[in-house]
Amino acid sequence: MWSVIHKMGSPPWFYRFAGVFLRWCLPLALAGLLVGALWGLFIAPPDFRQGNSYRIIFIHVPAAVVALAGYYLMAFAGLVSLVWKIKMADTAMRAVAPVGGALTFIALATGAIWGKPTWGAWWVWDARVTSMLILLFLYLGVIALFEAYENKAVAARACAVLALVGTVNIPIIYKSVDWWYSLHQPASIKFTGESAIDSSMLYPLLLNIGAFYLTFACVVVLNMRAALMNIHRQSAWLTQELTHP
Amino acid sequence: MAFDSFEAAWQMAGHGPYVWGAYALTFALLCYLVVSPVLQMRQIRRQIVAQWRRQGSTDLAVAESGDAKPAAANSPEASNAP
Repeated sequence: MWSVIHKMGSPPWFYRFAGVFLRWCLPLALAGLLVGALWGLFIAPPDFRQGNSYRIIFIHVPAAVVALAGYYLMAFAGLVSLVWKIKMADTAMRAVAPVGGALTFIALATGAIWGKPTWGAWWVWDARVTSMLILLFLYLGVIALFEAYENKAVAARACAVLALVGTVNIPIIYKSVDWWYSLHQPASIKFTGESAIDSSMLYPLLLNIGAFYLTFACVVVLNMRAALMNIHRQSAWLTQELTHP
Repeated sequence: MAFDSFEAAWQMAGHGPYVWGAYALTFALLCYLVVSPVLQMRQIRRQIVAQWRRQGSTDLAVAESGDAKPAAANSPEASNAP
């Protein structure tokens, strides 16, 4: 266990790992997205109440789920960087922020598009929607805060603290549809008990969630690899990797 | 299949613009997320090779002869583009 963690913190090891990981997982992620989209758009049956507008669920829910999970990952990386001063954790934290931000934006934008034909409004100041907007600001805040400091070691510490403080928002997002009277529909998939969604819609939704998770992982690894190349331009190991791959 | 024709799938009984718009936005953003670090890595790679060239490094000959191979290895979706 410790040897794996130790290896993860080593730039040359991670650089090589990233190459192998991406060769297999990136094509798989893109194929998953394609199949998931086709299934959601054309094969899943229309909803008996919402008609076809509900097809947005197949990108809206996966984007939101992964945006939330990504925040935990970013905060965890921030914690590791803060406590153990592992540089790779810094790199990971900064690699997650733009991806999580983009996914949160996708969740909000597709939600707005879905809201127009369903609720009759592009935007409502609903508990779920507003707490997701705060999540977007947290992601953007981490990106902006890092750029604001000249000293990057201080910047990384400030970002880690912001990411950790922001985790308080995550349970609020999860529970917002139960705690407040909300326009947003409650979760359709339940870990315990029967899901409130038919299997003809559940399977494509699960496939899309999987594809979004894998795409998220690939983009984070891509961002980390690019960051490592940037930081270690002068390193002998990178020269070795580029000349004798 | 949930639709009888391409026309029906495009219209989606009036919901077409919403559904297609949401999917188009999502895939445009996801493509950007994947492509931007790949382009960044290519640029860094070019800069490193240029640096070697200025320094007259002995690695240069190897780097240039092996240029095509590592470039393909560094950007997996160049060969797996949808």
